[in-house]
Amino acid sequence: MSDTGAGVETNAPDADVEIDEAEAHDSEVEEAAKHTPRGVPLRVEGLRKEFGGIVAVDGADFAVEEGSLTGLIGPNGAGKSTTFNCITGVHEPTDGAVHFRGEEISGMSPDSVANRGLVRTFQIARELEEMTVLENMMLAPKGQTGESLWRSVLPGLRSGIMGEERKILEDCWEMLDFFEIDHLAHEYAGNLSGGQRKLLELARALMTDPTMLLLDEPFAGVNPSLEERLLEHVHELREEGYTFLIVEHDMDLIMENCEHVIVMHQGRMLTEGTPEEVQSNEQVIEAYLGGEVE
Amino acid sequence: MSGTNDDADGKDDPVGGVRAAAEQLWEEDAVKLLGLILGIFALYLVGGALLDFGARQQVNLLANLFFYIGVFAMLALALNLHWGYTGLFNIGVIGFMAIGIYTTAVLAKEPALTEPAAGSIGGFGLPLWLAIIGGVLAAAAFGGLVALPALRLRADYFAIVTVGVSEIVRFTVLESDFQKMQIAGYFVGLGGGSGLILDFDPTDDLLEALGLLEPYTAFTESAGAALSLGSNPKPVFDSLLYGLILLVFLIGFYVLLRRVGNSPFGRVLKAIREDEEATQSLGKNTRRFKITAFMFGCALMGLGGILFFAVQGAITPSAFRPRLTFFVWIALIIGGAGSTTGSVMGGAIFAAFLFRGPLFIKNVVQQNVDSDAVDTFGQAVSPLISGLDPFPMLLFITDNLQQLQLVIMGLVLIYLMHNRPEGMLGHRKEEASTISLNRPERSTDSPGATPATDGGEPVDGGDTDE
Repeated sequence: MSDTGAGVETNAPDADVEIDEAEAHDSEVEEAAKHTPRGVPLRVEGLRKEFGGIVAVDGADFAVEEGSLTGLIGPNGAGKSTTFNCITGVHEPTDGAVHFRGEEISGMSPDSVANRGLVRTFQIARELEEMTVLENMMLAPKGQTGESLWRSVLPGLRSGIMGEERKILEDCWEMLDFFEIDHLAHEYAGNLSGGQRKLLELARALMTDPTMLLLDEPFAGVNPSLEERLLEHVHELREEGYTFLIVEHDMDLIMENCEHVIVMHQGRMLTEGTPEEVQSNEQVIEAYLGGEVE
Repeated sequence: MSGTNDDADGKDDPVGGVRAAAEQLWEEDAVKLLGLILGIFALYLVGGALLDFGARQQVNLLANLFFYIGVFAMLALALNLHWGYTGLFNIGVIGFMAIGIYTTAVLAKEPALTEPAAGSIGGFGLPLWLAIIGGVLAAAAFGGLVALPALRLRADYFAIVTVGVSEIVRFTVLESDFQKMQIAGYFVGLGGGSGLILDFDPTDDLLEALGLLEPYTAFTESAGAALSLGSNPKPVFDSLLYGLILLVFLIGFYVLLRRVGNSPFGRVLKAIREDEEATQSLGKNTRRFKITAFMFGCALMGLGGILFFAVQGAITPSAFRPRLTFFVWIALIIGGAGSTTGSVMGGAIFAAFLFRGPLFIKNVVQQNVDSDAVDTFGQAVSPLISGLDPFPMLLFITDNLQQLQLVIMGLVLIYLMHNRPEGMLGHRKEEASTISLNRPERSTDSPGATPATDGGEPVDGGDTDE
């Protein structure tokens, strides 16, 4: 974790308080890591992204521990979504590196990133509207042999695919049951409500058999009861061993549910730590909450 | 699910049973298509009778009609793969057709090893079937060449590239520098503005390859005499035979594209149409899928072009104007983009009513209405205004129906865009999978179970789960 600390130091040399904070936190994490050794599947180092003259992300350094529920927060324009897009291959970072499970993935195409087990959802749920819920689900599994044109068409090969399809179909129904949207299976995804779409998107992402999920504002526009359900699912999945990185606007939600919180502000890393640490950080209060916290 | 209920009712009520059976039969796409085409044929036969057509003319009429139904349906199917499935806005259909037929022509024409006479151009003298394969492969390869740079572009720019490319193809075959060249001793070329004479006969070549040309010719003589088709009945039978060949190809296109659509491959294509970025985020290399689908569609368009022009006797660059591209688009929009069966229906309806219809109606009306149309628009309008007499106007319109063809197509298109943008069958759920997507629990071992009887299960399952 020492490089994380160093990154914060070099990128924010003017913020003395922050360095202290970061160093303090650094040793704390190291302490914790000694007791419960966990892998660090995702590591972002010195990530920088410029659009023309605008610096959207100016040196983001953080790591996400295996099996954790990590929150990434920050006010509008903090660079959260750009960071997300750089991690998932939508944007190529100007500088810096992203490592996923020991492999550098920065600059890879989105599908290569997804195929390595790092799968994202979108801020505005992006359902494939004129496809049914089941079609959406069945699209997701990786490496389907039926995705080859000739295998889908030629008589002998096609029957081989059908067996695979039956297996996938069973898994899809199971997943729909888990998310309790099985009654919508034959509905067009475009007819689903906002909350149902978020459920479907998460279910679909899980069908790719990922090891880590990046959720971009998964609770935006979701009614409270569905939000609770979605949260339950996330916690349940985390206990099963999935790792989550969640970008979220809702401060309370992150503080209540995440074990580790990363705060970004104006393209920079402000601080990171446990919800308590972050909440009591003066800079965070100033920058993000406008000085009005509790 | 309603089908199940109808079936149950049908057991008590024989009339309802028959109706339900008929409804179920109508559900079959093949029945729909057959019904549509037979209906069109019947209409044309009635029209032919009104024109006092003899047997030979009636047969010719239907053969000619089916030719256009077949080619437009095939081209609409190929375009449906691009637009309906993958969302690739290809408005350069005619360019790929041109590549197909020109390649076939150059490969199949009689070779000329010495400088041929002015105006005639040789070919490589390959057997026609090989030349057709060559044409299809050339169209696919050309599609790949276009796709590599163009698929990086946004949808609208991609469309501009395709229409541009189709014009480049036309200007290339028009180019006098390529009119006649000597390649490896063969005098070949694209014919320039005067085009190429197609010195092969697809039906004769096929029959000869099968060793059936002699008995076939004898058969046409005797059958022609029996059906009183007049002297030299062979061309009539040739056009019927070609119709049959087209039918075989059409069924091939249909089965092939249905299989493509109802497969994991087709599922990814549909997903790309809906949201490419979301599809990528699920680990699909969308670029590979787009290129494959585009090349495959271009190959089919090339084959469509070959089948369209191979029996025309000659090809000239002017036949390859973008207009035909838009005809195919209209056919696809009528049928419903995204639906394989709809594409065929659209092709049939376009060919019968918009493409061949106006001229036919004009002939029928002029044959049966005993008065002369006025010559100018003014002469047609003035009685309408002065005496509220609409007949001169109607006659004038009928007289110019052929010229108004494009206007009618435009009106139909505007109407469809406003009132039924999804076309005839575009709204249909054609779930992209090789298997039925109903909950498998109780039917794991019978994947072939019909959706009608299976349809009740998910509801039952859903109830118990909730």
